[in-house]
Formats: sequence, structure tokens, C-alpha cells
Amino acid sequence: MNILNLISEIERVDPEVYERLDQRRQMFRHFAGFGKKLAVAAVPLALGGVLQKAYGQSSGLSEQIKFVLNFALKLEYLEYYFYQMGLDAPGLLSGQLRDSVTIIRNDERNHVNFLRSVLGSAAIPDPGAGAFDFTGAKGGARAPLFPDVFTNAGTFFAVAQALEDTGVRAYKGGAPLLISNNTVLEAALNIHSVEARHASHIRTVRRGGPQGIPGPLTSKPKSWISGDDNGGPAPMYTAPVYGPGMPAEAYPSEANVTQAGVNLVSVFGVSTAEASEAFDEPLDPNTVLAIAGNFIK
Amino acid sequence: MFELFKESSAAAVAEAGPNGPLKRRSFLRFTGAGVVLTGLMLAGCDDNQLDKELSEAASSDSKNDNNRVVNVGSGDFGILNFAYALEQLEAAFYAQVLKGGYYASASEAEKLVFKDIEAHERIHRDFLKAGIAANGGTPIEDLEPDFSSINFGSRSSVLGAAKAFEDLGVAAYNGAGPLISNPVYLGLAGKIVSVEARHAALIRDLIQFGTFVTPDVVSQSTGLEMSLRPSQVASMANKYLKPGSKINVSKLPRE
Repeated sequence: MNILNLISEIERVDPEVYERLDQRRQMFRHFAGFGKKLAVAAVPLALGGVLQKAYGQSSGLSEQIKFVLNFALKLEYLEYYFYQMGLDAPGLLSGQLRDSVTIIRNDERNHVNFLRSVLGSAAIPDPGAGAFDFTGAKGGARAPLFPDVFTNAGTFFAVAQALEDTGVRAYKGGAPLLISNNTVLEAALNIHSVEARHASHIRTVRRGGPQGIPGPLTSKPKSWISGDDNGGPAPMYTAPVYGPGMPAEAYPSEANVTQAGVNLVSVFGVSTAEASEAFDEPLDPNTVLAIAGNFIK
Repeated sequence: MFELFKESSAAAVAEAGPNGPLKRRSFLRFTGAGVVLTGLMLAGCDDNQLDKELSEAASSDSKNDNNRVVNVGSGDFGILNFAYALEQLEAAFYAQVLKGGYYASASEAEKLVFKDIEAHERIHRDFLKAGIAANGGTPIEDLEPDFSSINFGSRSSVLGAAKAFEDLGVAAYNGAGPLISNPVYLGLAGKIVSVEARHAALIRDLIQFGTFVTPDVVSQSTGLEMSLRPSQVASMANKYLKPGSKINVSKLPRE
């Protein structure tokens, strides 16, 4: 990884990264051009330390923020290893689908690296591929939920949809807990929307591509969640991905049509499907962990 | 109606703590860090410039004046009005799409997509307007869009504009999210932005399958989507608003 490229990439996302890297920003701002060179020259060799300092704002991350970021990191590892195993599975993915999964795998790998950089020494250890069992058999402790996940592309994308939709809900649930640190919050939002793009694409794949007509919500979903998607790709196992969290008042099911006390259907005269689709819902960490736990040995 | 907004606001303010309402946080942080005198003087210059901009923006407020701008305001209601302005623009765009020549001859799948998205954006618009009013804020006026640069009879023109609006919406919510003080409002923005991202990905896949994520919107080094600051969003949105309806975001929190 080239540190200058990385900093430059972060600058595209976060134009103030140089200012975060050096607190003398008010001086640098008025010496256009010099600031960047000076800041980069001052970058220590340890990349993790740099980012941790920049995003930890020198005073360290609060315990709550570390918890949320490590929780996110755990999910990113789950997703990263899932897509990596899919790409490694002989004959599973080819052509455009392989290209798409490669793009998504790369994003998840980058999320892992980014979160590790922000957390520094507080990051959880890499669990490794061996920690996961995406058949849902928990390493043989129970009957598999998705026995053909790496031999049947349909099953692979069904599981992918559940993981991505869970990821979107998890980040959405975590964001308000990061409100004390705007830099970390914005980074989390910037991951959240990428997960939503992934989820949309996978759903599009599952209904046969962008010209596919949505059918049964479980097998030919829209690119957005409609109602509770009748429980998702495999309702017996995936219903919790679309259902309520704990407590349900704070984390309603995706079928929710009441926002901030307003019943969108009765107040605005729209359909139940439209009202539910227009808003995604957050999920609490415990419910997310219970879902993810199906794939952890 | 809107009880959740109201009940939570006091707790929200408490929870936001010193980081929430304090707009000059960085300024104070740097004085605390013992910055050199020139730094302080230069920071002072920035504030004077800001005040000058604010008073100029406030002075141009007469009706039927093409130089007049619609200021979205300050604080959380300013952010919500900023979002409301964007949702007005999106809702008006999709309403126009449904009346246009492209839609009339579009594939069945594309008709369903645009019909859904139009409904979602209309709901976002109406919800934000009602929410701002119910919580004691004042929604900005109805903006007059200018879609003269879009050919509603052309599939590529409509899809290209839809991509621009959806990508802009995602980058705008991502950039404005951290400026929100009240975690309830932040949560609501989060519920909307992921739906915008789902739209953006599908519109992009309609233009070319597999372009749901590209380097112009998502960093290939960090995997993070790129935010836009409200001022950047406003200048892009203003290309689609008539003179007299252009938005000004100068009073929004900057950090």
C-alpha cells in the first residue's frame, strides 16, 4: 500500500485530512500548497498510527466508538471472507458476475484495512477464513442452512443479499453512536452507502439483471427492500435480517411505514409498499450479531 | 404526530454534548493546543469573511429578484431544509420523467423502476416538509426547478440525469450527516440515504451493468464513498434551479 496514494485518496473523501494530520491547520490554510507538502513530510512511517491520530483526533477514541468500529470490523471480515471464498470456489462465478463480486470483495477488503487503520492497536485480531462457515453448519455442529453456498450461484447471491442488507442496517444502527466524533461518523456513513450500493446490485442480479421484472420478493426482489421482503431470500433463516430488532420501537422491521410518528400511508396517501421502501431501518448490535452468528463457527 | 422527534430532542441535545452545538469546535481546539499568534489572527479573518458573506446573503431577499437566493437556514433545521431542497429537486425530476417521452416507451422493467423511485422521492420530500414544520422549524418555499438541460424524450439523457441526482443525493447526505446535532435527525437521514444509494446503484446498472460502484464515487483505496460539502452540493443543485430559486447554504454548520 502506497501511503501517499492512500492519503490522496482519503483527501478525496475527506478534504480536511491534511488538517487532521497536523493541528497547525490555520497556518497551513493561508500558505496554499505548502501545507500538503509539510504535512506529508511529517507523516510517520507507521500508517496505522497516522490514521489513528488523524481520526482519533489525538485524544484517542472513546470506548463506545471503539466498540462500534470493532463491531463494524467484525462484519467487514465476515463479508470479505465470504466474497473471497466465493471467488476461490471453482466454477461458481464467471463473466460479469465474477467482475461484480470482485468489485465488492475489494470494497470489503478496503473497509477492513480502513477500520484497522483507524482503530490501530485497539482493532480486533483478524479472525481468518477458518473462523467462518458460510453453509451455516457452524463447522459441523448442526445441519447446514445453505449447503450449496459455494457451488450454486443462486444460493451464493441469496446469502450475499442477506449479508449486505444486514450490513446496511448495522451501520445505520451504529451511526448515531458515533455522533461525538464527526470524522469517524462521516467515515461510517461513507461505508454505509457503499454497502447499500452492493445490496442494490446483488438484488438486481437476483431478479435477472436490471431488465428483470420483480416477482416474488424472496426470489426476484426489487433493488430496495419492499415491506419485509416476505422474510428475504430464505425466509426460514433470513427473516431476522428484515424483521424488528431489540427494542422494536427503536429498531422496527423493514416493513415499517411510520417515521417520526407519522404514518406515511395515511398522511400522504401512498401505498404500504412505497412507504416501506422509501426508508431503510436500523438494527441493533445484538440482533446483527445473532444473524452473523449463523456464519461463525 | 411526530412525537418521536419531540420526545427525543432534549435527550439528544444532552447526548450531543460539547461536540454538538458548538460550531467553532476546531477553532477552540486549536487555541487550546497553543497555536501561534499568527494562526489566531488568521482564524479571526475567516470569521470576518464569514460574517460578511452572511449579511450579503440576508440582504438579497426581495421577491421577483433573480439575484435572490433561498437560504436554507442554520442549525439542524438548516440541514433538514437543505435535504428538503434536494428532495424537492429529485421529486420534481422524477415527476417530469413519468410525463415524458422516454418513460412512455421505456421497457416494462424501467417503467417499474422510475415509478417506484418517483414515489420514494415524493415521500421523502413530503415527509421532510412536514417534519420540519411539526418540530418548530420553517420549511423553505417550493423551489422552481429548471430541467431545460435534460431531454425527457431521451433514455440516455434521463438516465444520465438520474445518476447525477442520485449520486449527488448520497454524497450530500453523507457530507451533511456529521453536521447534524440531534441523533434522531441523524438516524432519519440514515434511513433515507441508503435508499438513495440503492437508487444510484440501480440507475448506474441500467446505464451499464456492473457500474454500481466506480472510482468517481467510491475510493479504490479505502472503500469509502466520497462526501460532498453542502456548498459543493448547492452549486451542483443550483444548475437545476431557476434564478430566484437557487439555494444558499452559507449559514449551515461547517463542522
